Formats: sequence, C-alpha cells, structure tokens
Amino acid sequence: MATALTRKDFVSDQEVRWCPGCGDYAILAQVQKVMPELGVPRENVVFISGIGCSSRFPYYMNTYGFHTIHGRAPAVATGLKLTRPELDVWVVTGDGDGLSIGGNHLIHALRRNIDLKILLFNNRIYGLTKGQYSPTSEVGKITKSTPAGSIDFPFNPITVALGAHASFVARSVDVEQKHLQDMLKRAHDHRGASFLEILQNCNIFNDGAFNDVSDKAIKAEHQLVLEHGKPLVFGKNRDKGIRMNGMRPEVVKLGNGVSEKDLVVHDETNLSLAFMLGHFEPPMPTPVGVFYASSRPTYDAAVNAQLADAKKTQGPGELRSLLRRGDTWSVK
Amino acid sequence: MAVPPETAQQLAQESGSSGKRKPVETRPQFVVRFAGDSGDGMQLAGMQFTTESALAGNDIATLPDFPAEIRAPAGTLAGVSGFQVNFSSQQVFTPGDEPMVLVAMNPAALKVNLEDLKPNGVLIIDKEGFTEANLKKAGYTSNPLTDHSLDKYQVFEVEVSKLTTSAVRELGLNTRAVSRCRNFFVLGLVSWLFQRPTKSVTDYIESRFKKTPELMEANLRAFKSGYNYGETAELFASAYEVKPAQIAPGFYRNITGNSATALGFVAAAVKSGRPLFLGSYPITPASDVLHELSGYKNFPVYTFQAEDEIAGVASAIGAAFGGAIGITTTSGPGMNLKAEAIGLAVKVELPLVITDIQRAGPSTGMPTKPEQADLLMAMYGRHGESPIPIIAAATPADCFDCAFEAVRVAVKYMTPVILLTDGHLANGAEPWLVPDPEQLPEIKVEFRTDPNGFMPYLRDEQTLSRPWAIPGTPGLEHRIGGLSSEHLTGNVSYSPSNNEMMVRLRARKIAGIAREIPPTEIFGDAQGGELLLVGWGSTYGTLREAVLNLRAKGKSVSHVHLRWLNPLPADFGDILRRYKKVMVAEMNMGQLLKMIRADYLIDAVGCNKIQGRPFKVSEVESRILRALEG
Repeated sequence: MATALTRKDFVSDQEVRWCPGCGDYAILAQVQKVMPELGVPRENVVFISGIGCSSRFPYYMNTYGFHTIHGRAPAVATGLKLTRPELDVWVVTGDGDGLSIGGNHLIHALRRNIDLKILLFNNRIYGLTKGQYSPTSEVGKITKSTPAGSIDFPFNPITVALGAHASFVARSVDVEQKHLQDMLKRAHDHRGASFLEILQNCNIFNDGAFNDVSDKAIKAEHQLVLEHGKPLVFGKNRDKGIRMNGMRPEVVKLGNGVSEKDLVVHDETNLSLAFMLGHFEPPMPTPVGVFYASSRPTYDAAVNAQLADAKKTQGPGELRSLLRRGDTWSVK
Repeated sequence: MAVPPETAQQLAQESGSSGKRKPVETRPQFVVRFAGDSGDGMQLAGMQFTTESALAGNDIATLPDFPAEIRAPAGTLAGVSGFQVNFSSQQVFTPGDEPMVLVAMNPAALKVNLEDLKPNGVLIIDKEGFTEANLKKAGYTSNPLTDHSLDKYQVFEVEVSKLTTSAVRELGLNTRAVSRCRNFFVLGLVSWLFQRPTKSVTDYIESRFKKTPELMEANLRAFKSGYNYGETAELFASAYEVKPAQIAPGFYRNITGNSATALGFVAAAVKSGRPLFLGSYPITPASDVLHELSGYKNFPVYTFQAEDEIAGVASAIGAAFGGAIGITTTSGPGMNLKAEAIGLAVKVELPLVITDIQRAGPSTGMPTKPEQADLLMAMYGRHGESPIPIIAAATPADCFDCAFEAVRVAVKYMTPVILLTDGHLANGAEPWLVPDPEQLPEIKVEFRTDPNGFMPYLRDEQTLSRPWAIPGTPGLEHRIGGLSSEHLTGNVSYSPSNNEMMVRLRARKIAGIAREIPPTEIFGDAQGGELLLVGWGSTYGTLREAVLNLRAKGKSVSHVHLRWLNPLPADFGDILRRYKKVMVAEMNMGQLLKMIRADYLIDAVGCNKIQGRPFKVSEVESRILRALEG
C-alpha cells in the first residue's frame, strides 16, 4: 500500500474551470483532503462522472477518471466495479445528471447495492446549460425555461435514495468542511452503495439556495445534525428538538418541562425514521448527516461469489469441451 | 443412412407388425415444414428432426418461424408456429424455398403455410384439429379436407389425438398432458417417413423428462407409436431415404446463430486471457445470447442484465475501461438507445463489441422476423464523425467466427466494433465443424504498465491504436472522457486544429482495419463477367444457390459476399468494375447499395425484400435474369 500520500498527490495538473465562487471548489478540496486518509493506493481510486458542472470533477483528481455521458455514470461504474471489485469506485453526479436524465441508473445502482460511492451535488438548478430548473428546483421557481414559474413538483434526493433501498444515505453541505469530510469517510467505509447528497451553491444561477443551512449567522437554527444514538437537538443555543406527537414529528423548545428525554433519538438503522427525517422540509429544520446505514449483501460481491462458486464446482472453463457440447457427431 | 437395424426391428416387434417392411425410395433432398399452434411443440419437433437428420449424415439448414406472441389464442392465424428443415445428400445452402412436406396440426397452420407447399407436395394433417371452431378461427368457410381445395397435394389425414391417447392410455394422464405428447407422435411418424435414426430423440426424451417418469414414458410411447403407425398403417406406400452428404471429416455440432455468437465471444475472451463481460437488456431475438452466456460463469463470464439498453452498453464500456472484454447484445430498437454510449466508446477509444441481431422494423415492427435494415444505422447512426468497423455473419456457424473476429479487432485497434446478425441466423441452425481451440488466432492483450513516457493517446505507429491503461496500474493515473481531447496527452482541448486532427486520426485508424481483411473471394468468374451479385449477412446461402443454379444454366453470374462492411475490402472497388452489371441483394431498401454507389460511383442496382422473410432462391434468380435481359 502506498504510504504517506498527501492532499497534493490527489490534485491533477489540470486547471480547475468552475465559476469563481462555485460550491464545487469546496467539495473538491474536501475530497482531495480526505483521500490520503482512506488508506487506498491512488492507482486503485477511480472517479466516474456523467455530464454537468459537477461531472468535470474527475479531471481535477489525480486518480483514474472517466468523464462519461449524461446520466450514465452509475452504469459505467457498475461494469467496472463488477469486474474489478478491488477498486474504489466513486460516482460524481448532480441533480440533473443523477435524478433527471440518469434517474433510472441511479435507483438501480442503489437498489442492487453495488459498492459505489455516489456523490450527488445538489444545487437545484442546471448550471452548465445556463440556468434551467432541475428536478430538485422548488415549485414556482422562475428560470430561463420557466418564466411563469416552475409547475414541476421536485424530487427529494434523500427519499428517492431511501425509496430505492439504498443501504447508506447521507447529506452534507459544501461549506461544512469538517462535516463533509466525516460524511465522505463514512460513505467510503460503508460496504455497498453509498449515497451522499451534498447541498452545493451555484452562485451564478441559483445563489443562496441553501443559505438557511450554510450561512453561519442563521444555519444553527435551520440545520439538524443527525448523530446516531443522540437526541435530535438543534438551534444556536441547542434549545430546540424534535419530539413525536403521536405519529407526527414536531419542533419543541427545551425547558418548561420538556427535556432531551422527550426527544427522538436518532437511529441510523431505523428505515422508518430515516424516511420521516428525509421528508423534513422548512419550516422543519434540514437534517444533515447519516439518515440511514445498514448492511446487506452487495451485488458486486454476490456476482463474484457466483463466479467463484461456478469455478469451484465446475472447474475453470475449458474451451474445447465447451465447444463440443450439444448435438454433436463425427464425420470420418 | 437407414434406421439402425436394432431400432427398426425393435420398433417393428413392439408394434406387432408382420415384419414385412414397406419399400424405401431414395431421394437426393427433402424440405419438411412442421406447423401448428404455438402450444403444439412444433419448434421442438423440428429441432429434434434436425438432429436426427444431422446424425443421418445429411447436410442441413433450418428456418424456425414463430409468432411474437408467447401464446396467441389457440387456433388463430397469429398463433401459428413453424419450423422448416432442408436435409440433403448434397451441399445445402438454404432452408429451402418451398417445403415438399408440410405437417399441419390445425386449420390455421394449414392456412398460413399452404401457399408455400410445392404442388403435389405431401400434406400430413392432424384431422382432429379440423373442428368447426378451429376452421372458423382460421377463417375457413368450408372444410378444406372435404371441399377438394387440397386436390393438388398428397393429403394424409391422421387422427393424431386419438392415436396418441391410445398409445398412452394405461398411464392415466390427464387430457392436457396427453395432448402435449402429440408433437412426439408426429415426430415419430415423420421420422419413419424419412427413415431417421431415432436414438437422439429417445435420449432427448429420457433426459428432458428425467424428473417426471410418467411423462417420459408417455412421450416415448407417443414417439414410438407414431413411428410404428407410419410403418404399419395403410397410409404411406413407401418411406424415403436421403443418403448422407459428402461432408468434410471432423467433429460436428448442430448450432444456432445465437449459440455460435455466444461461443465466439467466450472463445475470444479465453484466447485473450481476459474475463468476458456482457451488459445486456432482454430483447427479441437477442436474449438467447444473454441466457447462454449466463451459464458460463466459470470461464469467467460476467453477465449483467441491466436496467435498460443504455446501461447494458454503458456497463460494458465500464468493464472495458477496467480491462475486461466488454460486449453488449441487442436488436434494432436497442441499437438506437445505445447510440450515444457507442459514440463515447469511439471517442475514448476503448474496445467494445456491440451485437445487433437485426429484426424487422421500424419501431417494434416484427420482432421475430429478420431484416437487414440496420446497416446504415451501424454505419452512421451516431452524432459527430464516429466511424466504427462493422462485421456481418453469413450463416449460423459463421456467427462464431465473426464474434471472435470482432473481439480481436476491437482489442487490437482499441475501438468499438459492431457485429450484425439477424433473427434468421439467430434461430436458424446448421452443422458446424467445431474448431480446435489451438487453431484459433491468438488475441494479444498488452496492458500498458510502464509509466515512463506514458500518454493516454500516444498511438501505435501501425494500427494508430492508443494504449490500454487500466485502473490499478501505479503511475498511469489518467482521465478519459467524452470532451474533445488533446493529441497524446488526452487532456481536454478545444483547439480547432487538434479536434480535426483527432477526428481524422480515428477515421484513419478504422480505415486501416482493411489490412485485416483477406482478399475477397469471388464465386464464379473472378476475371469479370455479365453480372456480379453482392450480398452480406444471412442472405448468403440463398444468393449462392441462385448463382450456382444460373451458372449451371450457362449464365455469366458471379457472387461476392461481404463479411466486413466497414471498412470495405481494399480490393472491392477493383472487383466491382470487372462486371457489366452489379446487383446488390439485401433485406432492406438498398442500404449497402447506397454505400457502394457513393463509395465507388458504380451504377449498381438493388434486389430487395422487406417482408420479414428471407429471399427465396427463385426470387433472386428471376431478379438476376431480368437484370441480365434489361
């Protein structure tokens, strides 16, 4: 194993060409920073992307990289991971690439639980094509293609992933350096399909879309940091929490007889809870962290186990006898 | 070859016949078609009869013809399924234009197939299938068995159900199970008629029904009683014999085009020392390749049934990026969906084989029927300048060689290759002289490992192919992608002149594959003549037979059958110019014709058919004769 790699070892010689101020810079920096800590030889790391601003990502990583076509990165990554299970395969996608044109591949990669690390940069806009609404844009949004406001009901990436039976579902924010690093490490260490939504600011076409969770002045009031085994507390003074009122979650103020004991305790292995938190939208706080993490067999391991088993029970493939099966006869 | 004596005697004893055999008349060749409802097991009967005929030493060709519906309503015209076998003591090129023997299990089968039957042909009819209800479903207003409309044929009415029922009566099976033995009764009868060796059928029944002894016994009895019925009943005056053909010595296997395609890929992967990866989405008539390859995991073969056609090809590209032999299989509609990803493979220059098992289009068209109308899509059906080598198989067994060759070229030239077959080849079968794996060409895979001087687009001087540098190799970390890339480094580049250079380099690389194509074989007058018939793909046998027949009549007609359609052979233009007339026969509106006219400025004419059915030899002959007169 390569030792003592540093962030610089993962920086390619290509000039980064995102718009100045783009949230993608912050994400790139955290990924490059985390890479040396993962203990994976650089040559075994592959970044695969589709099309869109986020999908330029592989060019800037000094690893193996493949900038493919719109929406298809999970499918390309699948073929690579099945035949080369020892590789660390990352997929970089966006809200348009992953949830619109490539929605089919995303849900099936998650459903199969292929050991891919899928990073979905969600900026709720089409940036590369200069500002049309995306499948995560809010209803009513005025964009170049929706001058009268979008009438398109948006996807919630977290609940899409949960609905597709992803075994690891998390969310972070581009500017939350430490949290993002932690989530990247968690996503990496999970065996199976990891889905990490990264809320990312497009300062050109959708500036401030996630201000409530990224603006230092106000984010504490809007961001609910999920931590396994801990009560759901948030607020600048950590004085608010989530309590169940019958079957419905509600925000309560701590004090006046309400204590942390009354709050919901986060459990990453509870799918129902994950769905509930996944559906939190303002005025509820926006959860960040790991919604759901569970272990189930991965498709890539199962495929290779079947191949190994076939080799064990039938012996290695022998071409001569294979060709001579079936209805055969000899002519003298 | 006659029935093995022990079998004949045994059958004769079991049937209690007098032992006096009926006379046997020798004929050079027969074409038999089995037709019935899609639930009648006619495909199985046809395939078993094919095996018997191969074992009898005949040369054979087959044509299955089945409906797209899995089970259309019983007794309807839409539900008719047929299987034609041509078996001969001479070389066989086609399944035959017209059956000489037609087995019709019901009125619908008769109605659909009768127009093809030769005048005075033998018609074997399951009389009990001709109920009033079935006649009505088939659209008959009067019963053809009684209205003299069949007078120009030799009609043999057999009570198949009654005879099958009495053969298996003691076994106490229900009516439905008994009915499902009828195909073996008929197979037995036809096996007797042509004095086929029967062991392959009884072996098949024994292995197929190993787990259900009562069904095994029932089918064996049905088969034997059908055979005995032929011998003893006052029905046929004589049996027929077709002597073995002159066939090159060796080990033979009866093989369909789809099986041969699958095996060709496995063989290529083995020869390259790399795993095979198939990414595919089920589609008629390509799915059998996926089924077959999924059984060869120990080679190793990865089969990935993808979520859609696009993921099928995209996953194969991903596997190729990782160093596997990546392939995808589909038919026309799937080709459309894969087009963008194929363009990516062209751009990033990774090896990949796309198999298009063509079917009649456009759109869903006639999924079980063959056509050759995807040629121009294979040539041009992508955005941008994206040339791809195209190879087309001529016969079911040829699918093996073409699949193998497609992989060899893909790897050597770091390019996607399109393999064209069609539904006719896919399901048709023929005897295949099984090759010795040692004699197959080597497929050299050399991954780049040396970081010294490595550049992703530094090309081989002769082939112009770029290095295959796979993830996991220290020091070769690099990025590839769909964006225009710089010569040598592969870095993203928007330089206008660089873009043109890269487009031209890729085009030159593909054109250079012509050096892999052996000199074109000309059947007929190599130095030139009146007319050259040009074809490609599954029309091979028909075209060859038509030319053979016309040459026997003294006509100056020659035949060239192309295997590589892109690039075209280097000597092809020169050959075309040696003939006064060039005719291009294809199951489309004239796609190769268009290419030939454009590339060589030759005033070639077309011979075309778009009916979801192969040409008949007679059709091609008359078209050629007309062209010769004109």
